Amino acid sequence: MTGSDNTVTGSGRSGEVVLRAIDIVKTYGATQALKGVNFEVRRGKVTVLFGENGAGKSTLMKIISGVEQPTSGHLELEGNRISLSSPNDARAAGIAIIHQELNLCANLSVRDNIFLGHELTNKGGAVDYGRESELAQQVLDWLEEPISPETLVGDLRLGQQQIVEIARALVADARILIMDEPTSALSASEVTVLFKVIADLTKRGVAIVYISHHLEEAIEVADEAVVFRDGQLVATAPAEEIDLPWVVQQMVGRAADYDFSDRPREYGDVRLSIQGVKVVSPDGSGRLSVNDVSIDVRAGEIVCLYGLMGAGRTELMEALAGREPIAAGRIVLDGEDVTHLSIPDRIAKGMVLVPEDRQRDGLVQLMSVGQNLSLSSIANLVKGPFVARKREAVEVDAQVKDVRVKTAGSRAPITSLSGGNQQKVVIGRALMTQPKVLLLDEPSRGIDVGAKGEIFSLLFKQAERGLAVLYVTSEISEALSASHRLIVMSKGRVVREFDPARTTRAEVMAASDTDAAAHNGSSS
Amino acid sequence: MLARLKANRSAIIAEGRALLALVIIVVFFASMSSRFLDTTNLVIMTRHVAFNAILALGMLLVILNGGIDLSVGSTVGLSGMVAGYLLKGWEIPGTHQVAYPSVWVVILVGCLVGMLVGVVNGILVAKLNVAPFIATLGMMYAVRGLAELVGNGQTFTQLFGQKALGNTGFVSTLHDNVLGLPFPIWVMIVLTVLCSLYLTRTPFGRWLYASGSNERAAALSGVPVKRVQVRIYVLAGLCAGIVGLLLTADLSAAVPEGGSGYELNAIAAVVIGGAALSGGRGTVRGTIIGAFVIGFLVDGLVLIGVSVFWQEVIKGAVIIVAVVVDQAQQRLQKRRTAKQVSGPGSSPAAPAARSESTVMTRA
Repeated sequence: MTGSDNTVTGSGRSGEVVLRAIDIVKTYGATQALKGVNFEVRRGKVTVLFGENGAGKSTLMKIISGVEQPTSGHLELEGNRISLSSPNDARAAGIAIIHQELNLCANLSVRDNIFLGHELTNKGGAVDYGRESELAQQVLDWLEEPISPETLVGDLRLGQQQIVEIARALVADARILIMDEPTSALSASEVTVLFKVIADLTKRGVAIVYISHHLEEAIEVADEAVVFRDGQLVATAPAEEIDLPWVVQQMVGRAADYDFSDRPREYGDVRLSIQGVKVVSPDGSGRLSVNDVSIDVRAGEIVCLYGLMGAGRTELMEALAGREPIAAGRIVLDGEDVTHLSIPDRIAKGMVLVPEDRQRDGLVQLMSVGQNLSLSSIANLVKGPFVARKREAVEVDAQVKDVRVKTAGSRAPITSLSGGNQQKVVIGRALMTQPKVLLLDEPSRGIDVGAKGEIFSLLFKQAERGLAVLYVTSEISEALSASHRLIVMSKGRVVREFDPARTTRAEVMAASDTDAAAHNGSSS
Repeated sequence: MLARLKANRSAIIAEGRALLALVIIVVFFASMSSRFLDTTNLVIMTRHVAFNAILALGMLLVILNGGIDLSVGSTVGLSGMVAGYLLKGWEIPGTHQVAYPSVWVVILVGCLVGMLVGVVNGILVAKLNVAPFIATLGMMYAVRGLAELVGNGQTFTQLFGQKALGNTGFVSTLHDNVLGLPFPIWVMIVLTVLCSLYLTRTPFGRWLYASGSNERAAALSGVPVKRVQVRIYVLAGLCAGIVGLLLTADLSAAVPEGGSGYELNAIAAVVIGGAALSGGRGTVRGTIIGAFVIGFLVDGLVLIGVSVFWQEVIKGAVIIVAVVVDQAQQRLQKRRTAKQVSGPGSSPAAPAARSESTVMTRA
């Protein structure tokens, strides 16, 4: 894999198609994630996939790497039809993937993680730790990362863990290597090294599929560009012919279906005041995931927080909600310092969070729609020691109407709803606490366009009634069309602030990719 | 109404299964022995059931939270020993005077002892983040040791009290019939009603089910998850304290090994009653039926003369079969829900299906 043993199996020149995906359709229940995609990967070339969240990039990569199976359509590897029923099948066929999420065991060493599930054994069947360490060391040297293979992964900082994830794919000695957001936690110098490694690999004839939200970075590394939108492949072009505006235009296609940018703006008093908040990253590195952030949100105002992965937005939201402690600064809610209050106390004072991960942090899966809605406010819906069930039913039904949940009834199981309706339930639960400040982390993640529009029109309706809204998004079109004010975060800091009506997509993207240090204190 | 039935279907199925098992047991033993359905026999068996059922109610609260309490058997022993010790007279330290507390004080102290054990369990689990299995395993040993220490390994017998000392009535109050039924059965009935109201009608019940199903979501919704956790261990301890008192009155003696192994019978009753050990799913009705299944099964086997060894084998098999059938029904249920979801007019959430399967494997 390094040095001289790098002959690529099979014959063929650089540029020849090695893998072909034909008419791939993938449906989850009634939603189509991929609507008949034809896609090619070429030997010794870097194919970059562009597309917004939910465009179908990751789904296609999961199919190519054997994690998921297509509903219809098939794959051809060097002209031969193949079917991959597991990631191990794909690995045996020479396809490796670097996943967007880190899939590492913190309790094991770097070496053990790199070879996890593919341990090298000696004749007796025991793990050959010596050879594993040696190979792991070679790969780490190649990646110019000064960590020992014996280090525990849990002791590494996030960027180094991502390097381990990359190393794990490199030892597979694959002919097709898929990289899904490989640089989200890497420093600039680590990215440079990774690009050097990519160049080494392509010289040896390895085909690379690359996905990144850092558009400029992705354009830099690309040989071929492929753009996805709404489950379809909409454009293909060689790298020489593309630039940032072209990519953005292809990604977005049409304007968003909703546009609230012309809504009247009448703000009241400052409801939420974030003052110099710092949050220490939970990865144990001592790094600040939120670094000296100050933001004011007024009654009736909808403020959007945009940024790339790792910008510190979720960490800020969790600190505001009271789940994570803050290292410095103050959180003032309607003139009252709530910095040290518990989650229930903050909710009682009027600030509540709609979390990013709906399944993990939002829904109580074993409960009904109604019970999920009333969960946060149940302590106030009582008569004596008991729940006032009639009043609960009345308020729940009113909320179902208000946030427009499509359900068979408030007693239906929450798991019977679609993603968009589940999200409306989580938002409805928050609204039932009659908040002054509503925090939403990626409120439109994983839901269809129609539901997105409904959710934002709901937010604007609530804002007109005086609610202060602070929400996080990774989609620029959403940030531009559904906010009164747009704040961009990068590497834990607020780097720019925009009036969404007077800015462009390119400006926002450029701001989100800036090195925060250069803009230190430029705006807050 | 239909939606309500649908929503509660899994609970109804779980209870229905336990009820079916109970019916089979009753029919089987009634056909094997004419004495099984005697009123006297039924009352005796139900009195046996009562001890386990009361413990199982406390255990249900803990299991709904996704926890487990292995210390309740030892707590039964400790509360009984403390009651026995007090009835035999408490020598006030530093003096040579002996106090004989009244029966009601003894009962109160017995309950408090149980709650105190629960407080320690709760703090270990909720505040110090010790896994419930380990925390209560440790407490199981420690509390059993304390029970031995109370009487220095001795048992307290003849706990009838003396008129002259004003402490009579412990045995008769907690043991004799009231309105034709033994006192423990009344305690079981009252606690069942209270527990049922607590779980289905109060905000606390809602919080318990929510934090047992998804603790992170519950916490972010403002549910005081730590307080919920401490409280359920205290209530489980209280149930154990009550059983300790009832058992001591039943034997009119307090033995340090009293209640050993009871925790496992309580867990079995909860599980047969359709509760999920992963938390969030289970009912009072199911648990009580589960306690009857175990109690009637064991007593029935005794009645028809099956050897003690085979009794254990059969009891074990019934527990395992209950859980295997439960798993199969859960899977069926999931498939049906999935089919409903992907029906026309609704766009389902792929992640939802994924998280359901996680829940299932945990269950």
